[in-house]
Amino acid sequence: MKKSLAAITAVLLAAGSAYAQDTVKLGMVAELSGAGAPAGTNWRDGVKIAVEEINAAGGILKKKVEVTDYDTQTDPQVSRAMVQKAIDAGAFAILGTVYSGSTLVNMLVAQQNSTPQFVGSEAPTVVQKGNPFVYRTSSGAQKGIPALTPYFKDTLKAKKVGVAWVNNEFGKGGRNVFVEEMKKAGIEVIADVASEQAQTDYASDVAKLKQANPEAVFVYMNQEESARFLIEAKKQALPMPLIGEVTLTEAKVIELAGGAAEGAIAHVGVTATATDVPGIGAFAKKFEETFKRKPTHDAIKGYVGAWATKYVADMVGKLDGEAFSKKILGLCLKAADHPKILLDTCWDKTGEMSRPSFMVQVKNGAPVVIGTVPAN
Amino acid sequence: MSQFLQVLLSGLATGSIYALAAIGFALVWQAAQTVNFAQGEFVMVPAFFVLIGMGFFGMPFWLALAFGLALSMLVLGYAFKKLIVEPILPHGGITLIIATMALAILLKETVKESYSAEAQPFPALFSNAPMNFFGAAVSIQDILNLIVSLSIVVVLTLFLNRTRTGRSMQAAAQNPAVAEILGVNVKRMVLYTFLINAALASLAAFLITPVYLAKFSNGETIGLIAFIAAIVGGFNQIRGALVGGLLIGVLDNLTATYVTAQYRAALPLVLLIMIILVRPQGIMGTSEGRSV
Repeated sequence: MKKSLAAITAVLLAAGSAYAQDTVKLGMVAELSGAGAPAGTNWRDGVKIAVEEINAAGGILKKKVEVTDYDTQTDPQVSRAMVQKAIDAGAFAILGTVYSGSTLVNMLVAQQNSTPQFVGSEAPTVVQKGNPFVYRTSSGAQKGIPALTPYFKDTLKAKKVGVAWVNNEFGKGGRNVFVEEMKKAGIEVIADVASEQAQTDYASDVAKLKQANPEAVFVYMNQEESARFLIEAKKQALPMPLIGEVTLTEAKVIELAGGAAEGAIAHVGVTATATDVPGIGAFAKKFEETFKRKPTHDAIKGYVGAWATKYVADMVGKLDGEAFSKKILGLCLKAADHPKILLDTCWDKTGEMSRPSFMVQVKNGAPVVIGTVPAN
Repeated sequence: MSQFLQVLLSGLATGSIYALAAIGFALVWQAAQTVNFAQGEFVMVPAFFVLIGMGFFGMPFWLALAFGLALSMLVLGYAFKKLIVEPILPHGGITLIIATMALAILLKETVKESYSAEAQPFPALFSNAPMNFFGAAVSIQDILNLIVSLSIVVVLTLFLNRTRTGRSMQAAAQNPAVAEILGVNVKRMVLYTFLINAALASLAAFLITPVYLAKFSNGETIGLIAFIAAIVGGFNQIRGALVGGLLIGVLDNLTATYVTAQYRAALPLVLLIMIILVRPQGIMGTSEGRSV
């Protein structure tokens, strides 16, 4: 009896080992429920499309890719447990999370296990912790806001601007970078209007900006606050251009603000509306056919994260987290050679990403690309 | 001048909506001698009834508003009285206050689970295009919100003072025993009070949600400000609730514009403390506190 059990165990272990050798496991850890669900589900679906394509193209290192979904419930502590669970299940790389608050907590687990992690988070601090295993799939805010400077200086030729920002870590960080950038560009910030998180009434904020009459206003708030601000700006006929970084023209903001979002301008790292870029156009088409909805920038980030895992792992030639880290830090991938990376992309020694980005404006209820910004 | 006019108008418009919710506090106080701490949620929920009408039943907006109003009167008026107030009131006012707190949590969490924690768009009743008013661009939506809210208060006051049913409601509120002896159906009058409260909360919801957006947590802000407005104005007077609402709306906007935006949330509380110290019955309230 004991001999039989031992034999069965040996066979099962051998089979498991053989199976493990034939597949590359990826842990998709994202906000699939809770407040972050819109971002997390888009990220997941972008990953899904990428993994299908990767398997159709022969997988990673000629092995089939197997992706497992883990829901963080938009809770940083749960996200930490989910990353650990994915690594325990044998994941070679982690794809996620999107919310910076979660990433800052869970990326330590991936680091301790030398597991590469592609994240959709954009807070500057994510790549400022000296973690060699965390890599962005879009530029951080500290690169995004400076990319706006030429728009204020050269396109709008503004001399006096205003800034409306939400008084939390996200808003303060963005406001400080913006004010510093304007100072460097010789543009005067004549109205500096702070509002509170979850503020509902923006009448006085908009009235103050209207009174100051700057040539343009930089709006740096979270989604709901951005929508309420746009609604009030429309009510009071705020005449100057309203310009933001990513959030101001996001689909959720447009949905909430309705017609009040019309004309809003933002700098975005990547957008599914940039259909002139061949890879983005093809991805957007496939995503819409598969999921019957338009992809968001989070979907593109998930897609890029999965494909970057394949490209870099294939370059390294083995499934080794340490070697993967050495290879990607300082690496540039050309879209001509690696088409699924969509745009020429570089990662610096901190895991920060650089690539061309876009200026978009809301026209007829949807963001439309009005310009391209070179990588910075 | 343009800035002052716009800020004043926005404050009056928002304040008038707070007043609708504050009147509800006064009405329920008169009818059941209790404070409904779910009043903020009573303003939050009707917006979601409208969204259900539009989203699940495919109703046009105007029909969904009627549906939301009717459902609110049924659930937040009739059912609230029958299922919560009537069984719990005999156990004391404090018990009922705690029950309304529990109801607030239940309503909030139910909406959150059903409609997610994210804000939802809500169509505006009036155009949010600006208009020129003595040289200043002011919001049509603000002006119409103010007119509608004030009209509702005027109609309600006329109803209570000039109609037989309204006077019976006042009698039932002031002295239920004597009113009953005089042939007033007190139970029915109390029910009317709860139905009117639900209707006022719904109308406040329809006016404020296009600006606040439909979100499960809206009741927290509105409920607190309306409660303070009712105390500041005078808990036992409809006109007191109106004055309290308008005062807080205007002072909030003027403070945020000309003094400090950071401490605007503290203003209603400062006002509350001052009123309690100087005039505990409220600006328009009477010390006996027994008339609607």
